[in-house]
Amino acid sequence: MFAIVDYDTGNTRNLKKALDYLNIENQLTADEQTILDAQAVILPGVGAFKPAMQALENRNLVAVLQQVKKNKIPILGICLGMQLLFESSEEYGYTKGLGLIKGNVKAIPKRQLKIPQMGWNQNQTFIKTSFPIDQQYTYFVHSYYADCPLENIVAGVDYGQLIPSLVQNNRVIGMQFHPEKSGRVGLNLLKNFQRMVIEDDFSSN
Amino acid sequence: MLAKRIIPCLDVDNGRVKKGVNFVNLTDVGDPVAIAAEYQKQGADELVFLDISATNQRRKTTINMVEKVSRQVFMPLTIGGGIKSVADMDRLLKAGADKIAINSAAVANPELISQGAQKFGNQCIVVAIDVKKDAGQYFVYVNGGRKKTNLDAISWAKKVVELGAGELLITSMDQDGTKDGFDIKLYQSINQVVDVPIIASGGAGNVSDFSQAFLEANVDGALAASVFHFGELTIADVKQFVKSKGVVVR
Repeated sequence: MFAIVDYDTGNTRNLKKALDYLNIENQLTADEQTILDAQAVILPGVGAFKPAMQALENRNLVAVLQQVKKNKIPILGICLGMQLLFESSEEYGYTKGLGLIKGNVKAIPKRQLKIPQMGWNQNQTFIKTSFPIDQQYTYFVHSYYADCPLENIVAGVDYGQLIPSLVQNNRVIGMQFHPEKSGRVGLNLLKNFQRMVIEDDFSSN
Repeated sequence: MLAKRIIPCLDVDNGRVKKGVNFVNLTDVGDPVAIAAEYQKQGADELVFLDISATNQRRKTTINMVEKVSRQVFMPLTIGGGIKSVADMDRLLKAGADKIAINSAAVANPELISQGAQKFGNQCIVVAIDVKKDAGQYFVYVNGGRKKTNLDAISWAKKVVELGAGELLITSMDQDGTKDGFDIKLYQSINQVVDVPIIASGGAGNVSDFSQAFLEANVDGALAASVFHFGELTIADVKQFVKSKGVVVR
């Protein structure tokens, strides 16, 4: 069973619908034991970093998610859920994150571009990966990006600069885009995550 | 690079797509799920559903429709029409909408834009503006284009973005239904005063209308209804052509 962390942020139901469509057994939950017993944990999220961390804190889920990593249970963070995996964010002032991947979340520099980045952008892979994402378009809605070491960037998109779109640190994976809104490509990425979980194959290089 | 979006728009009444959609392989031409799935297959980047139901009772069925479509179709869904409160927005978002478009209600109560943006984020709030030219000036129309306001469309666009609109869906009533192409000058003028994505609507007739809107007015998306519904153009036709003109599409 895949646990979708329920902490009252954004639209977790669309993610659930995508997993249901793929016949991936899942449950929306904020229960500590259910999360720690799960085969994999998915951290969704839409909204701002600070209130999201506060909501996790209020439900005592910060320590639980750190324990999930220690227990080697795979975690997939999506959109804001991916950003929460990092050490900190500068959104509305410095806020500490979950610290499961090295790096910090920063505002996308404005330059000549519209913020948020909203729409479909084309991914390019930098690390050998089983995720079928190279050259594929996925759907993004975000104003902040993860500034993190290259070794953790599996794929990225060009939005005035490199924006990490898929990051990985062993069993901790983050997707900046919305796989549940990225059509067939997004569904295939979720399916691939499920395969990695079943086979415990998180190798990348 | 971010791709330009091609967006079919569907009118919905009582949970059914109105004005039948004429795809050869669909037996039930009013079924929103079947139509949405067909557009997903064709490569649409997003879908806009406009609820034209006249009564609250019929509007309620829209929520069920959104629920059903979002269980089968995995791309961004924008829902507009008759949304008057933050509670209305909340119900539609919970049912599976990604963005909410407001039009007349935004004119009647501009606060609704900021309330929605604060609660759900700017990216959720699309302000739809119906525009008609009069003596060289663009005016905002409400109530499905039936009522003229004294609002200047360019200033109104600027104002709604300041209030928190994350995207603008601008329909040229002069061009709508003509198949004469998008009102390029209108979109150029609005693009100069706002920094959020702009979706052009009204006037699409052939593939070159789309490339013109992207290349000359730099809009982020182009919306059309009848040319897609009746198979005069497919999404693939449009994408192939605009790509050949150097526009980035998915």
